[in-house]
Amino acid sequence: MASGTELTPTSYMAHHLTNLTSSIGEGEFWTLHVDTLVMAALTGIISLGFLWWVVRGATSGVPSKRQAFVELAIEFIDNQVKSTFHGDRHAFVAPAALTVFVWVFMMSAMDFLPIDIMAKGYELVGLHNWRSVPTADVNTTFALALSVWFLMIFFNMKVKGVGGWIHELVCSPFGKNPLLWPINILFNLVEYISKPLSHSLRLYGNIYAGEIIFLLLGMWAATGLAGTFFGTLLNAGWAIFHILIVTLQAFIFMMLTVVYLSMAHESH
Amino acid sequence: MNINFTLISQAMAFAIFIWFTVRFVWPPLMRAIENRQKTIADGLAAGERGKRELELASQRSGDVVREAKQRASDIIAQAEKRAAEILDEAKVAAREEGGRILVGAKAEVEQEVFRAKEVLRQQVADLALAGAAKILRREVDEKAHAELLASLKAEL
Repeated sequence: MASGTELTPTSYMAHHLTNLTSSIGEGEFWTLHVDTLVMAALTGIISLGFLWWVVRGATSGVPSKRQAFVELAIEFIDNQVKSTFHGDRHAFVAPAALTVFVWVFMMSAMDFLPIDIMAKGYELVGLHNWRSVPTADVNTTFALALSVWFLMIFFNMKVKGVGGWIHELVCSPFGKNPLLWPINILFNLVEYISKPLSHSLRLYGNIYAGEIIFLLLGMWAATGLAGTFFGTLLNAGWAIFHILIVTLQAFIFMMLTVVYLSMAHESH
Repeated sequence: MNINFTLISQAMAFAIFIWFTVRFVWPPLMRAIENRQKTIADGLAAGERGKRELELASQRSGDVVREAKQRASDIIAQAEKRAAEILDEAKVAAREEGGRILVGAKAEVEQEVFRAKEVLRQQVADLALAGAAKILRREVDEKAHAELLASLKAEL
């Protein structure tokens, strides 16, 4: 909760939804959300570092429980990729999918941290504004979606050649007839614009909305005994439900990544 | 919701994380998993092979036992046959031997009878001669009638 100033619902919400920014140049664009970057890096390093630590000691004999858990996760993702992508998935697509799933899941899972207790903790180390959930920042989801988008274009050109890709842009999905070219181009344009938007905004919206609900329930909990009781109850319920949402959104984000990349590998 | 340089930093972080996973996380674990799958597949194949070999071996041992039983019963049958033959031969030989002994004994008895008859005849002749000699003590010269008496003795 905000220190010092009077506590109103507006200031409470604003406090929790303001990033810690750092300006690195002139203009609005040249700012960094330090909290987003630090939390994203931390979650990524911890989760992928854990995988690396387990994999480094991996045995092809009888696996330990830890290794079995990691293998379970990796094989689950490998199977998902195998059913969608028909190429050498081990070279890039499957590990990329693993990265996306693990990282997005971990970033979104920061939502489970009790929001006000964390804020108090951050306050103690002098961080007034600190958002724990990187995926509730549109910059993160857009960064991921745009990276996938560029990878998609890269693989399109790599697999089909620049000419083949342009041919596909012009001639599919409706046909080769020159009269259909404008419609094809328009159609593909809409597709190429909508892909990163839906990809990123779906994740962002879900996680951001989840955070807002936690905040609203937190506000309710501050309104008296009944509010505290039901606020706590609903908060627990929402947190449990949110486990499903976080997992599901991480899975959807990963699947869309795999689908987009495998579409880039296939010619129509 | 403002787009700023965070986006580019996050994209770079994403790239680094993907590179890390592609380079360090994915291949070793996949190798371990594939090695294990191969080990398991080999083990299953070996088990299958062992089972097949066991089946073959039990079939072979069954054959051997059956053959041995067959031969044992053959040997027994042969032995029984041979025993019967030996018995028959022994019976025949015994019968022949018995016959021979009987014939020998009969011949001996006949010989004995003949010999006894001979002795009896001798004695009867001697008695007759002695009787005759007593009767004819005076009238008959033993020396003069010896030839006559010997021929008489031979006739008796």
